[in-house]
Amino acid sequence: MGLGFRTLLYKELLRFWKVGFQTVAAPVLTAMLYLLIFSHVLEAHVKVYDEIAYTAFLVPGLIMMSVLQNAFANSSSSLIQSKVTGNIIFVLLPPLSYREFFAAYVLASVGRGLVVGGGVWLVTLWFVDLHYSHPLWILAFAILGGMMMGALGMVAGIWADKFDQLAAFQNFIIMPLTFLSGVFYSIHSLPEFWQGVSHWNPVFYLIDGFRYGFFGRGDVSPWLGLGVVALCTALFSVVTLYVLQRGYKLRG
Amino acid sequence: MAAAIHINQLCKTYGKLQALRSVDLDIQQGEFFGLLGPNGAGKTTLISTLAGLTRADSGSASILGFDVQRDYREARRQLGVVPQELVFDPFFTVRELLRIQSGYFGIRRNDDWIDEVLANLDLTDKADTNMRKLSGGMKRRVLVAQALVHRPPVIVLDEPTAGVDVELRQTLWRFVRDLNQQGHTVVLTTHYLEEAENLCGRIAMLKQGRIVALDTTSNLLSQFSRQTLKLRLRDGAQLPPALAARGQMTPSGAFSIALNDLDEVESVLHVLHEAGARVEDMELAKPDLEEVFVSVMHEAG
Ligand SMILES: Nc1ncnc2c1ncn2[C@@H]1O[C@H](COP(=O)(O)OP(=O)(O)O)[C@@H](O)[C@H]1O
Ligand SMILES: [Mg+2]
Repeated sequence: MGLGFRTLLYKELLRFWKVGFQTVAAPVLTAMLYLLIFSHVLEAHVKVYDEIAYTAFLVPGLIMMSVLQNAFANSSSSLIQSKVTGNIIFVLLPPLSYREFFAAYVLASVGRGLVVGGGVWLVTLWFVDLHYSHPLWILAFAILGGMMMGALGMVAGIWADKFDQLAAFQNFIIMPLTFLSGVFYSIHSLPEFWQGVSHWNPVFYLIDGFRYGFFGRGDVSPWLGLGVVALCTALFSVVTLYVLQRGYKLRG
Repeated sequence: MAAAIHINQLCKTYGKLQALRSVDLDIQQGEFFGLLGPNGAGKTTLISTLAGLTRADSGSASILGFDVQRDYREARRQLGVVPQELVFDPFFTVRELLRIQSGYFGIRRNDDWIDEVLANLDLTDKADTNMRKLSGGMKRRVLVAQALVHRPPVIVLDEPTAGVDVELRQTLWRFVRDLNQQGHTVVLTTHYLEEAENLCGRIAMLKQGRIVALDTTSNLLSQFSRQTLKLRLRDGAQLPPALAARGQMTPSGAFSIALNDLDEVESVLHVLHEAGARVEDMELAKPDLEEVFVSVMHEAG
């Protein structure tokens, strides 16, 4: 991919970095609040997998949740802002191919996800001692999760005409998927029915696989998780690429 | 030599509204071309189709021989568009924006040209100012600069002077004229018909998605608009009967007489002299584009 792609990626990274207080510091703070409240309330009562303290269990979930939500927020909010203000034309007029367009937005989402996730991780170092059983799994799920949500964010950002529509997408799809994925609990503690439901949630596999990288154990095999997540990422990517190629909404 | 812009039977509808009805148009390289028409005529839609911002329902368009759909990357490299809407990216300074825009076109280290464009648009001292701190006129200049970062051979300006002060207009036209003289093709839409008359070699007039007039500016002027003789007679005298049918009285009590050619001035004066009417004041009004525009739009129904 050429200079056009690299420039768009750079611009998308610079865009969130310039308002880092809002795009990085704020979500890190949010994750910290979750950590303080939930660990305070539940630490004494909950042990997961028998030997792991609840706070240690919670931290990877929070990191991953931050990666996912921020990856989604980055591509979706960039697109909707550009559409609403009209400055989307600056990226529509140049000779960028739709593949370059896609790759730049998704990678910038991964970048934002990793920066925020990394921020949460750094701050939580003060609170817990984490193990890193399989660093490659950690990295693989973080990156793949960022890609998946970055692509989904593109679909949402292209589809939505107004900020409220995007907010609805976020509140009614992204939030339930992340909160019902086992960020705050192991799904083994759920009734059987809800365990079954969780297995239809791709975010569950992301959280579980990510956690596997830390503790060396999870609710399902990380390979299964990788397969599911890769499939979902591929699906969202194909949809986004198709939409971009057809010019849906962006090139009326 | 490929046409700078070639448009073939282009149609576009928005719901029930036909924004473009089979538009055919060729603009040659090096032209300074005017695209005129009332609001809603379809000028912006036509430009958006050329730029790939809108997809036509049928028909085709190409820039310097590159189809805007099939060879979109090459076509877009040839084209610089100054959009009608005053849009801007609030995250960046002027220079950052222009560097980024250069990068999108695959151009690195473009600062020499960026500086030249900034200087020509009187923007040099705003180079490091954030976009959101600029006035409307300044933002408009940046839009022009953004359209030019890749030195496009074909430049399209969609109402670049709407709501813009005189100074910017003059700066802008000087620069665009220079670019045209260096060989760039320029297409312009404007509501200031005087501007179009002074700048454009050829003009197309659009109404309800159709081209209703297309000719050189001088042909349009001579074809549609006759010269008029405006005169005022001493003591409030009326026109003599021989002229009464041709003359129209203006509200101020003067008369205007349409002439088919300038030689008629003599015969009109002769008739007045014979009738004993004495001319107090007289003026020859040249045809202007506004009259042409009004009569074309009227005739096109
Ligand atoms: N995105 C759009 N959706 C619906 N109608 C549109 C859209 N863009 C333009 N139109 C309509 O198409 C017609 C032509 O508009 P436009 O090309 O902007 O005219 P002009 O630039 O000559 O003023 C107008 O009636 C306008 O309302
Ligand atoms: Mg317009």
